[in-house]
Amino acid sequence: MSAATGQTVPQVQQGKVLVVGAGGLGSPAALALALTGVGGIGVVDPDAVELSNLQRQILHFTSDLGKPKVTSACEKLGRVAPQLQVTLYHTRLEAGNVAQLFRPYDFIIDGTDSVETKFLVNDGAVLMGKPFCYAGIVQFQGQLLTVVPRQSACLRCLFPTPPDPAEIPTCQESGILGSLAGSIGFLQAQAALEYLQGNVTFLADRLLTYDAHALRWRFVPVRRNLRCPLCGLSPTITDLHALTSRWTDQCTARA
Amino acid sequence: MAVHVRVPTPLRRFTGGAEEVIAVGATIRAVVEDLEKNHPGIKERICDEEGKVRRFVNIFVNGDDIRFLNNLDTPVKDGDEVSIVPAIAGG
Repeated sequence: MSAATGQTVPQVQQGKVLVVGAGGLGSPAALALALTGVGGIGVVDPDAVELSNLQRQILHFTSDLGKPKVTSACEKLGRVAPQLQVTLYHTRLEAGNVAQLFRPYDFIIDGTDSVETKFLVNDGAVLMGKPFCYAGIVQFQGQLLTVVPRQSACLRCLFPTPPDPAEIPTCQESGILGSLAGSIGFLQAQAALEYLQGNVTFLADRLLTYDAHALRWRFVPVRRNLRCPLCGLSPTITDLHALTSRWTDQCTARA
Repeated sequence: MAVHVRVPTPLRRFTGGAEEVIAVGATIRAVVEDLEKNHPGIKERICDEEGKVRRFVNIFVNGDDIRFLNNLDTPVKDGDEVSIVPAIAGG
């Protein structure tokens, strides 16, 4: 394993990973990928660094306040891995740009912070056949799952329709433990590295949940839903036009 | 039937902070009612106004999603582990 030996294997050196969201999850994920020596990293984020981000978004420092997160991320990644090709997308992920953004990449990391965007990542990735790692964090609880399109369960196999954002707790209401973001984000990077090396079942069909307060990791087995509206036998979602993405910026609204 | 219910962080304010509670009932529906009896307010977070499991919540019995079993009528037996897993969207 390259990350363990310090030697980067060719599959990883040639791999390109897109990190959507340069926040609590995307920061540690991108950092780990850069340190491991992937072939290229893309970072998508529309926001600027705010003070309330710094407690968990480890690519951003106080000197970066007000700077686009993608710029701040690029500077840090360039310092730890000067040879790394980092591509910045200072934009929101939306139905209209998903295909263009995802196309060059071998694996996607979902570091987004809103339910709509998480489903947009899921739908875009499954429709394009791009593997990705979903994760969500709030308070002391995190969970993650690798989705290999049409081979393993996707987010809609678990939750066929996206919940109303008002129904689920947001980081704005509840906060996020800083170390939780690191724990889950670093594992997302590992999921990408495992996939690039051919371990496609790593974190697929099993949702890993972490309770950072009780220090308990658990697997919940999940499986493809043959009635899934996206990857089931008779899909009803066949393009992204029905989707809209509001990047609600729930985590910074109270800064 | 006494089952072990794994309570996710957002619902622990109803269980006095407990991450696992015991509930009794022969089906998931009865287990949810028993949870409500001992931890008032929790049912509303699990089920909607029509009594169906909310779309952002999944319930697993020993790792199996009740949507692929018999939903709220899924039977449970002594010692089963019931996990409530909500969607989490923060990042």
